[in-house]
Amino acid sequence: MSNNGDVKLTAKDFSSDQDVRWCPGCGDYSILAQVQRSFPDMVGIKKENIVWISGIGCSSRFPYYMNTYGFHGIHGRAPAIATGVKVARPELSVWVATGDGDLLSIGGNHFIHACRKNVDLKVLLFNNKIYGLTKGQYSPTSEQGKVTKTTPFGSVDYPFNPVSLALGSESTFVARTIDSNPKHMQVVLKRAAEHKGLAFIEIFQNCVIYNDGAFDAISDKATRDDNVLILEHGQPMIFGKNHDKGIRLEGYSPVVVDISNGKYSANDLLVHNEFETSPVLSMMLAHMTDSPGFPTPMGVFRQILKPTYDEGIEVQINNVKAKKGEGNLEKVLFGGNTWEVQ
Amino acid sequence: MAVKKKVESLSEVTVRFAGDSGDGMQLTGSQFSDTTALVGNDLSTLPDYPAEIRAPAGTIYGVSGFQLHFGSSDVHTPGDRPDVLVAMNPAAIKKNLSELKNGGIIIANTDSFDAKNLKLAKYETNPLEDGTLDGYSVFQVPVTTLTAKALENSALSQKEINRCKNFFALGMMYWLYDRPLDQTLVWISKKFQSKPEFIEANETALKAGYNFGEMTEAFTTRYRIEPARLPKGTYKSISGNEATALGMLTASVKSKLPAFLGSYPITPASEILQYFSNYKNFGVKTFQAEDEIAGITSAIGAAYAGYLGFTTTSGPGLALKTEAMGLAVMTELPLVVINVQRGGPSTGLPTKTEQADLLQAIYGRNGEAPIPVIAAATPSDCFNMAIEASRIAVKYMTPVILLTDGYLANGSEPWKIPHNDEIPAIEAKFVTETEGFQPYSRDENLARPWVKPGTPGLEHRIGGLEKANIKGTVSYDPDNHDLMIKLRAEKVRKVVNDIPKLEVDGDSTGKLLVAGWGGTYGAIKEAIIKVRRKGYNVSQVHFRYLNPFPGNTGEVVSSFKKVLVPEINLGQLATVLRSQFLIPVEQLNVVRGLPLRTADIADKIIELLGGENE
Ligand code: SF4
Repeated sequence: MSNNGDVKLTAKDFSSDQDVRWCPGCGDYSILAQVQRSFPDMVGIKKENIVWISGIGCSSRFPYYMNTYGFHGIHGRAPAIATGVKVARPELSVWVATGDGDLLSIGGNHFIHACRKNVDLKVLLFNNKIYGLTKGQYSPTSEQGKVTKTTPFGSVDYPFNPVSLALGSESTFVARTIDSNPKHMQVVLKRAAEHKGLAFIEIFQNCVIYNDGAFDAISDKATRDDNVLILEHGQPMIFGKNHDKGIRLEGYSPVVVDISNGKYSANDLLVHNEFETSPVLSMMLAHMTDSPGFPTPMGVFRQILKPTYDEGIEVQINNVKAKKGEGNLEKVLFGGNTWEVQ
Repeated sequence: MAVKKKVESLSEVTVRFAGDSGDGMQLTGSQFSDTTALVGNDLSTLPDYPAEIRAPAGTIYGVSGFQLHFGSSDVHTPGDRPDVLVAMNPAAIKKNLSELKNGGIIIANTDSFDAKNLKLAKYETNPLEDGTLDGYSVFQVPVTTLTAKALENSALSQKEINRCKNFFALGMMYWLYDRPLDQTLVWISKKFQSKPEFIEANETALKAGYNFGEMTEAFTTRYRIEPARLPKGTYKSISGNEATALGMLTASVKSKLPAFLGSYPITPASEILQYFSNYKNFGVKTFQAEDEIAGITSAIGAAYAGYLGFTTTSGPGLALKTEAMGLAVMTELPLVVINVQRGGPSTGLPTKTEQADLLQAIYGRNGEAPIPVIAAATPSDCFNMAIEASRIAVKYMTPVILLTDGYLANGSEPWKIPHNDEIPAIEAKFVTETEGFQPYSRDENLARPWVKPGTPGLEHRIGGLEKANIKGTVSYDPDNHDLMIKLRAEKVRKVVNDIPKLEVDGDSTGKLLVAGWGGTYGAIKEAIIKVRRKGYNVSQVHFRYLNPFPGNTGEVVSSFKKVLVPEINLGQLATVLRSQFLIPVEQLNVVRGLPLRTADIADKIIELLGGENE
């Protein structure tokens, strides 16, 4: 199977003729590469039906580099533009490329409402925890105390946890991946593409210029295995270089336990269930992210299925048509209380 | 026995219904209007209600009013001052008395003139008794008591019975102005379909009011207003908001483009979204957005996807949509932005009318962002102009702003309904040919191609960054920017070839031209008729196209010694006319949140003519 009938497309077919202008070494390159590599394998999506929509920021240049339909919007509004596209034309595969400032600061309102409505959009949040394009101010995902040009004495405000925000806004697919793990990102992208409903992916993305090393602990070969929990459906939550640590539930709280000393085994651990309808497990995993001593979960936090907004609108139109009959303009014009003047 | 009543013929009457927000005055007024339209009078209405949904009962600021001007010849305005005031409580008198014509009629519900309501209305003594109303014909009717008596066998609670009193008052007015009850009876039975006891009670109250008129000795005269001589055809009464929604639907049908409306509820524009949501069987998609910005950006997304995109709002909402309008200018997508102007600035007077968004519409964006601006002149004209806005948007691949206002939105008038086949089609074409495709190439109107995503081989990118001419790629080239700025402006200027010339009502040259725009058409027209009757020679033009102006505007405005521009703002059209045509302009500006008064315009005309009539 392929995107365009008989000919199998390649990553190259998805790259536009525009020069890519991100800073050398920027994590955005990896995201672009993984998207271009995984799109040819996305069964059933024709290339001409793919639309990329973005807001403003480094991440939002993304559509220019994809040889698909693309719309570079205005700051924060990508989810709303995308909603219009998807509601008008549900057969299109609509993708949003956005950043932490774009989606969670100026665009926060559109994001939570797109999630709530379950518009069938794929939202890729390039989270570098900084404002890049405006040259290095702290963002709504920057850690508290962050020293930047606008916070020379450290930021005072608390950051958003994007996964928790998406879950709280009832996004039906919530996942996380990182620029430094191409294979993992490709798997997550495909899962999102297959999901019917709003799919949210937080992608940790290194900004080499203004926030270099923000994700070192979870991307460096030396440390990452001890700091990352790869979520796999149906599998116990084990992590660590030597697969010797696990997550157990005690009371309402998760705890990290050692499974190498005989006290606990894999059987005592939490088993990941992506399809859990209750948000408790996924929320708990989301909040592990910033809790000292806990690994950062990666993978699909939660996937549930419910009718999408765009299909709901179509269904409603068909129901009204079935009930009232296809619209007749003459009838509407002359409807209501009319009278004749001779 | 019924007393023998005198019948007097009138050519026109202005009635104002006024009472508490909870007294059902809007309903009473619109029922009276519908019936009046059905008997063939020409009419114009002005609902005037507080911004609070249920302001505290009995207070002056809680008074809700509905004015209606009807007659046997052309009616252009809801009337400056009412001839008749139906006052359901003392506050209604307090608020409206100064506007009532000298010697006018007051019909007062005496039951509500108790100590508490008098105090709330800030009356120390009862105006019905203390001589305040000397010089008016006052009819004191215990409406509440009479309604209760008529409904003494009803199963309804006292409170529910009390709420039927507006139908009693309506019945009384039907008798006084010789109107049939049928239309309202049908309305009641439809409205209360599931509650037969309410149908019975309201019908009884309505008939009791009518019979009271017949039987009471208080009313000695009954009035008759002959039907107006309107052009032959089928008519209905239509409000501006309803006409706007219907025009949007018609544009969708006529262009064969499915419609998308992205909108956020805002007074007084919300009704357009409400009406439009009922047209789902036309495939119409409505999106009640999370905010004003999502309203317009979703519509831009839909337009990009090949839909006829609309967004509807009022002043503060237009301000919020500003940046996105610039995006629509840059991406050159067809989009219709409808602004129902209300009193500003800021939240201003949400339920009142104003014309103060003209400069915002023409100029109010960052960068050089030209947008065609048009305005409806009467409630039913909103229908035509919604179609016009769509036609221009699609033909020129541009956002278009349609300005209506609170008065047009809520006011209604009889509308001669056009047949579907009399309305011209709107041509919309999508490019599918890959050969030689360039996203920013232009046709003879300077419009760029409209491509639906999903078209194989035409994948391309658009956005808010400056685009290279023809190719449409991102361009920072200085000369290209200069060229694109000029091309976008030229495209909007070209719309002038596609809009009707200004028509001068009266001599095409002379001492004075009165130039208005938008919802003040009726008031100006009536003023002109009035002063002409007195022998003054004055001409009128009315702008429905404001950017660009009609092609002959310069010639027309330069052909008069003086040009007077009456506006409900501080002189916005006047400013634009001066700057574009370098002519002196006289202004009349009254910004009360209400339509201009015919009398004020007439006085100004006479003043400018130096009292010279011919
Ligand atoms: S500023 Fe940072 S995020 Fe932006 S392109 Fe450069 S490295 Fe990437």
